Amino acid sequence: MAKRIDVSGLTAYYGSHKAIEDISMTVEPRSVTAFIGPSGCGKSTFLRTLNRMHEVTPGGRVEGKVMLDSEDLYGTGIDPVDVRREVGMVFQRPNPFPTMSIFDNVAAGLRLNGKYKKSELNDVVEKSLKGANLWNEVKDRLNKPGSGLSGGQQQRLCIARAIAVEPKVLLMDEPCSALDPISTLAIEDLIGELKERFTIVIVTHNMQQAARVSDRTAFFNLAAVGQPGRLIEIDDTERIFSNPSVQATEDYISGRFG
Amino acid sequence: MDISTQHTDAAASPGLPGPAAHQRAARGATRPGDRIFIGLTRGSGILLLVIMAAIAVFLTYRACLAISDDQGDFLTTFEWNTNLIPPSFGIAVLVYGTIVSSVIAMVIAVPVAVAIALFLTHYAPRRLSGPIAYVIDLLAAVPSIVYGLWGALVLVPHMDGLFGWLDEYLGWTGIFSWDGGAPRSMLTVGVLLAIMILPIITNVSREVFRQVPRMHEEAALALGATRWEVIRMSVLPFGRSGVISASMLGLGRALGETMAVATVLSPTFDIKASLLDPGGGTFAQNIASKFSEATEFGRDALIASGLVLFVITLLVNGAARLIIARRKEYSGANA
Repeated sequence: MAKRIDVSGLTAYYGSHKAIEDISMTVEPRSVTAFIGPSGCGKSTFLRTLNRMHEVTPGGRVEGKVMLDSEDLYGTGIDPVDVRREVGMVFQRPNPFPTMSIFDNVAAGLRLNGKYKKSELNDVVEKSLKGANLWNEVKDRLNKPGSGLSGGQQQRLCIARAIAVEPKVLLMDEPCSALDPISTLAIEDLIGELKERFTIVIVTHNMQQAARVSDRTAFFNLAAVGQPGRLIEIDDTERIFSNPSVQATEDYISGRFG
Repeated sequence: MDISTQHTDAAASPGLPGPAAHQRAARGATRPGDRIFIGLTRGSGILLLVIMAAIAVFLTYRACLAISDDQGDFLTTFEWNTNLIPPSFGIAVLVYGTIVSSVIAMVIAVPVAVAIALFLTHYAPRRLSGPIAYVIDLLAAVPSIVYGLWGALVLVPHMDGLFGWLDEYLGWTGIFSWDGGAPRSMLTVGVLLAIMILPIITNVSREVFRQVPRMHEEAALALGATRWEVIRMSVLPFGRSGVISASMLGLGRALGETMAVATVLSPTFDIKASLLDPGGGTFAQNIASKFSEATEFGRDALIASGLVLFVITLLVNGAARLIIARRKEYSGANA
């Protein structure tokens, strides 16, 4: 079910501004890959190219190849809407649909994909909420609005919503940066469980978090403000945090800059 | 608006501990600048209430004078004879005409306005949406008498085709049958009112749709929603209360519209079963047509009808607020 991502020579623009340049990497299925790097280095932009959300921004465009197993996401005739049904995303700030109940939030993606019987929806919603470790907290108020939950619960609701459609890949853009430490821990535990089923890519500003949750870590950097961001190196997380092969990575990780 | 609240706020404000802060806060409230400003804002607020109360008292007093002498039933009489002795007049026709013409206008204008607003915010390229929005603003600036003249000279002569079509296919319903008379009827008035209230509903809806947080739209996009599905899942639910408010602004204008209706409608004091047959009247149109030739008593009677319009408008606004408040916990505002 989980798929491998193979990126080669990817460059992304905002209008005439080149945000990231010539990025190539492979993301293994059923693993967690963390993107770290200073602000503005393009790690979020790169993440958004992986489900074609980058081009939603006015002026956003992409050159290069992103292969999901054998399928080129930017190939001719590929509908970005279909890509996003295969590659789910969780955002920095929890964004449940404010006008929908908890149940409807989780069922939203399924309802987009076609008709389901009520009993099927019930099953998927329960399974997804359990998968997001939220079921026990909300099972008695599924028809209450999702915006009434705490921030951490809302973020797990968003994860449940994303995994309900059984994506091949789950992208997470700083999913814990708006949460308190306990909620963060809950999400990190959840990431550990989800990687059994999905390919997970997570952007984080928290290096301890990258070290805790990821199998592989990619370090991004930019030469100067206004320059495009580049991938400096990607390696096993253990190696990146103990003995990186590039000096800039070591400087960043040891806190000498950024 | 209340001095004592401001006082506590200032004293309790964090980051200014110690007696010095208290002194500063206490002195702050008595500075002449603050006093003048508080006086001005409070005065403006009170002035508004005084004006409202004055209007209500004036309307009610004059209306009571007229209604107490009315020999017919004020609510159900189908005539407006204030010069008879004893006088007999009622608002049944006006209530019907005002509500029906406004409802027609809303049924036509709200979907079109919402569609235009969605087009401008979510489909049109930016180069195009600016000029279109400007043209819609212009439409709002056209005086209502000009709409009335356009309605009488252009719209009325061109309604024949539509009326004939409606009569042929929907005439059996009764409400769309047409006797072939000049189309100076409720439907024509409704169409004209729809055009007049279109800009205000469009503009307010566009403003609301533009404020839909990016993250709500991205939430839908990331689930694999198409553009229309994003609108259905994120934009419309978020904009719902705003569109209701916008519609109420439009409805307010439609209910009270005077000159355009008076120019287009050929008024009679009866209720036509068909929306296509000429006749009927609205509150504002009736006041405008009769006021200049009315006696002192006739004016009081017209004022009584104005009071009813005032109350209807209040009820409509109240109902709109109820609709908005009912689903507050689901509204986009607390996200």
